[in-house]
Amino acid sequence: MKLRSRHLLGIEGLDRSEILTILDHARTFREVLDRTIPIVPALRGRTVVNLFFEASTRTATSFNLAASRLSCQCVNFSKATSSVSKGETLLDTARNIEAMGVDGIIIRHPAAGAPHFLARNVKAFVVNAGDGAHEHPTQALLDAFTLREKLGDLEGKRILIVGDIAHSRVARSNLLCFTKLGARVAVCGPPTMIPPFVEDYGCEVFYRLDRILNEVDVVNMLRVQQERITASSFPTVREYRALYGLTAERLKKLAPEVVVTHPGPVNWGVEMDFDVADFSSTLILPQVTNGVAVRMAVLFLLAGGERTDTDEHGRDTGQKAEG
Amino acid sequence: MNPEVLRHVLLQGGTVIDPQARTVRRADVLIANGRIEKVESSIPEADGAEVIDCKGKHIAPGFTDMHCHLREPGREDEETIATGTAAALAGGFTRVCPMPNTDPPIDTEAQVRFELRRAEDADRVRVHPVGCCTKGRQGRELAEIGAMVSAGAVAFSDDGSAIADAQVMRRALEYCKAFDVPVISHCEVGELVEGIANEGRVSTKLGLKSAPDVAESAQAARDILLAEFTGSRLHVAHVSARATVDLVRWAKGRGVQVTAETCPHYFTLTEDALAGFDANYKVNPPLRTEADRQAVIAGLADGTIDAIATDHAPHLKGEKEAEFDAAPPGIIGFETAFSLGYEQLVLGKVLPLTDYISLLVTAPRRILNLPAAAVAGGSEAELVVLDLKAEWTYAPDRVLSMSRNSPFLGRTMHGRVLATLLGDRLFRF
Repeated sequence: MKLRSRHLLGIEGLDRSEILTILDHARTFREVLDRTIPIVPALRGRTVVNLFFEASTRTATSFNLAASRLSCQCVNFSKATSSVSKGETLLDTARNIEAMGVDGIIIRHPAAGAPHFLARNVKAFVVNAGDGAHEHPTQALLDAFTLREKLGDLEGKRILIVGDIAHSRVARSNLLCFTKLGARVAVCGPPTMIPPFVEDYGCEVFYRLDRILNEVDVVNMLRVQQERITASSFPTVREYRALYGLTAERLKKLAPEVVVTHPGPVNWGVEMDFDVADFSSTLILPQVTNGVAVRMAVLFLLAGGERTDTDEHGRDTGQKAEG
Repeated sequence: MNPEVLRHVLLQGGTVIDPQARTVRRADVLIANGRIEKVESSIPEADGAEVIDCKGKHIAPGFTDMHCHLREPGREDEETIATGTAAALAGGFTRVCPMPNTDPPIDTEAQVRFELRRAEDADRVRVHPVGCCTKGRQGRELAEIGAMVSAGAVAFSDDGSAIADAQVMRRALEYCKAFDVPVISHCEVGELVEGIANEGRVSTKLGLKSAPDVAESAQAARDILLAEFTGSRLHVAHVSARATVDLVRWAKGRGVQVTAETCPHYFTLTEDALAGFDANYKVNPPLRTEADRQAVIAGLADGTIDAIATDHAPHLKGEKEAEFDAAPPGIIGFETAFSLGYEQLVLGKVLPLTDYISLLVTAPRRILNLPAAAVAGGSEAELVVLDLKAEWTYAPDRVLSMSRNSPFLGRTMHGRVLATLLGDRLFRF
């Protein structure tokens, strides 16, 4: 089983069975991570590059580790900002890196569609590690993986995504992923943070957290960018926390089986109180661990032995990887 | 692209469209020394006259594009007055109005004269510069509008940006009354604009930074009310949103001196085209919804929108080959405008042929106080020969503009400009 596309640009391009294929592979790799020596030779001799145009410690590290655990080399190339202002374009940068001989490019970029643009213009496979407010597919996959580990099949499960839906790529990818897996999804946030036509995703919209919080199986909190205050998306942190924060008080009222996820890094005291860290059903750290396994699955499926078009590099493609 | 210089030309066997008189009739046209000598149902061939076989073809007055960007001075790597006006000729335009958002901007008499001098050197189409409303296009102090009028500027605009300060806009409108020239408003409330994609279904799905249609229509509403209050002439540029069409219609009903233009991409494409993040579809104002597209077409049909302009906006391949947010907005438009309008409006049965031609010929001249176009004895030859049955492909190698940033490359078009006649010069395409 392989994916139809040679890139992972978003959840949008995946169907349910492809999502499950990735998650099944991730399950196998998750077990690898528990071994004494958590490494397999699956992608020995392959090289990927982490091309990050936005600061990101955990996603870059997670991809880096995922590659290492597959015996795949990963080099990091990060730029604080897009270098267009200096005359070098994204295309230049990508083509230069490709010319150094890499099989895959993992890109994070502040512009929506940057990975799609790259995929059209380079031969390497492209993994979207977050493009503007568009998609962050591996985050959605690791969230789905984590929830399935805890809750089983997501069919019919009620998942609430809370926060800045308008500016969140995690929200978009999660909406797509959870609905494709049959979950009933709702979003909640101030109207200033709900994008138009969000109901096209097949979700319900709530402006008041307390009207929906007690009816869900999963609370997926999003990071709130404090700079949205100057953009008049909400007046103060205090008011945001009071209306949309997962406070200690709200936490107490949650049924114990309700699980809480967050893509990190958490703004403690803003969208979530510190108490949430100790809540038994908080999955924030398992999410991080599972992220490595999910990214191993993605790299394996895109760079793995099932593809033969790397022959031109003279590499042995007959060698099937062992999970 | 060198013209044939012809003393005597006989356009034989064609059908003449006169948008002013709203007539379409079989007629021959005899041109001598750059002027139309006569238009009659049958003119015999005379010695020395070059006969152009126009059987099955249509002859119309040359088009006027009241909104384009020729990039000179400042971005001669994207386009020059020479290359831009050559591309204009290929699109059937005999007059173009370059917007003043060059570098430096056209905000003085000397700058206007520079553009006209360049146009004279290029010797292609007639160029009627639009001058800046404000010094440096900064939206703060009025530029020397009177001096620019005396040099040949035909309208005033800070195109590329709106004039945010309502008092400055009011003064610009009032001041221009002295010269009977319109203020062309680029309607955009800057504070509402986060990026150049229509805020809606597609921007949500693609996560693109966006601009809502109300960024255009709210500014149009303000400027319309200011034009009414001051009794001045306002021209609304590149109308893309349904609400703007409705506002212009409402204003005309009240007797406000308002006119409006739209561009072929707004009645041909929608925001759905952005799905592949191809920056050749990035244009400001952004492509909007099907409802907006239909409203623009309805506005053209009922006369709310007076004119079609191209907003020809050249950009380098390297600038457009970029992530969507980073690419500059703009589409080149001279060479595709006629065909796109013909397809959508005439073949689409929105307007009869004469009324469509009028959007390209009569309306812009009326708005800009240019002499009316006529296909009649005594007037200067300023004509296009059209093949309405032709199908052709807009291929990159036939683009005459210095830039290639068109979403229509590779598209099969209907209706084609075969030749443009300007004075004693004949350009064939």
